[in-house]
Amino acid sequence: MDVAAAKMIGAGLACFALAGAGVGIGLVFGNYLAGALRNPGAAASQTANMFLGFALCEATGLFGLVIAFIILFG
Amino acid sequence: MAMNPMEQFEVKPFLIEHPLFSIGGHPIFFTNQAFFMVVVVLAASLFLTLTVSKGRLVPTRGQSLAEISYEFVGSMINSTMGHDGLKYFPFIFTIFMFVLFSNFFGLIPYTFTITSQIAVTFALSCLVIGVMIFVGLKKHGFRFFSLFVPQAPWYLLILLVPIEVISFLTRPISLSVRLFANMLAGHTLLAVFASFVVLLGAAGGVLSVVSVAPFILIVAIFALEMLVAGLQAYVFAILTCIYLNEALHLHDHH
Repeated sequence: MDVAAAKMIGAGLACFALAGAGVGIGLVFGNYLAGALRNPGAAASQTANMFLGFALCEATGLFGLVIAFIILFG
Repeated sequence: MAMNPMEQFEVKPFLIEHPLFSIGGHPIFFTNQAFFMVVVVLAASLFLTLTVSKGRLVPTRGQSLAEISYEFVGSMINSTMGHDGLKYFPFIFTIFMFVLFSNFFGLIPYTFTITSQIAVTFALSCLVIGVMIFVGLKKHGFRFFSLFVPQAPWYLLILLVPIEVISFLTRPISLSVRLFANMLAGHTLLAVFASFVVLLGAAGGVLSVVSVAPFILIVAIFALEMLVAGLQAYVFAILTCIYLNEALHLHDHH
C-alpha cells in the first residue's frame, strides 16, 4: 500500500476521537440546560464552570485531531 | 486537490532576509512569528496603558474594557485562590492578555497565529508548571510532595500515588496541546473551507452558485473561532490559577 494512502486512512481513523468530544460536549451543555431550567436563579453562577467544562472536553477530542494532522502532514 | 491548509502555519523569515545573529551555529532570523509576538505585546500594552491614562470617573469605552478585563482576572484569582493568590495577579493577567490577544490577532486574515505553534504554547505551559513547582517548593519545602498523596488507606495509595504523579506530569502536555490544538484545528478548518469556496467557484456553472454554501459556513465557523479564541485564553488562565492554588494550599479545601 502507498504511504500516502496509508496516511489518509490513518488520519481518517484518528478522527474517530472527535466522537467522544461530541458526546462529552453534549453532556456538559445538556446537563447545564437541565439544571438551568430547574433552577434558573442559579444558572448564571455556573456559566463559568460550563465554559471550563466545554473547553476541557473539547481539548481531549482535539488531541485526537492533532494526531490525525501529525499522521497526515508529518 | 485542495491547497495545502498547513502552509499558513509555516514559520518563515519575515521582513529581514539575512539572519540577525547566530547561537551555537544556528542562524536566528526575524520570523513572522517573532513579528506577531511583538505586535501582540505592543497592542496589549498600548491598549491597557493608553485607555486608562486619563482615568475618568465615568469611563470611556476603552477604559471600561481595560477595567473589565482587570476585574475579570482579579475575580477569577479571588474565587480560585483566595485572597493570598492576588500577589500572582501580574503573572496570570499577563498570560491571559497574551493568549487572548494572540488568539484574536490570529483571526485577522493574512496574519500568523503565534499560539498555533506548539513551541510557543509549550513554552508558556512549562513556565506555568515551573512557577507552580517553584512556588510550592518555596512555600512548603518538601511537604510539597504530599500533593501526590491523597487521603486514602495505605493499600490504595500504592496504586494512587503513581496515578497522581503521572497525571501531574501530563499537565504541561495537556495545557499546551489544548491551546495549540484548538488554534490549529480552527485555522485549518477555515483554510479547508476557503479552498472549497475557491475550487467550487472556479468550476463554473451550477457549482459556482453552490460555492455560496461553504462561504456561509465559513462565516459561522469564524464566529465559533472568535468564541474559542476568548474561551481558550480563559481556560488557560483559570487552569493556571487552579494549579497555583494546588501549589499554595496543598490539599486544604476552604
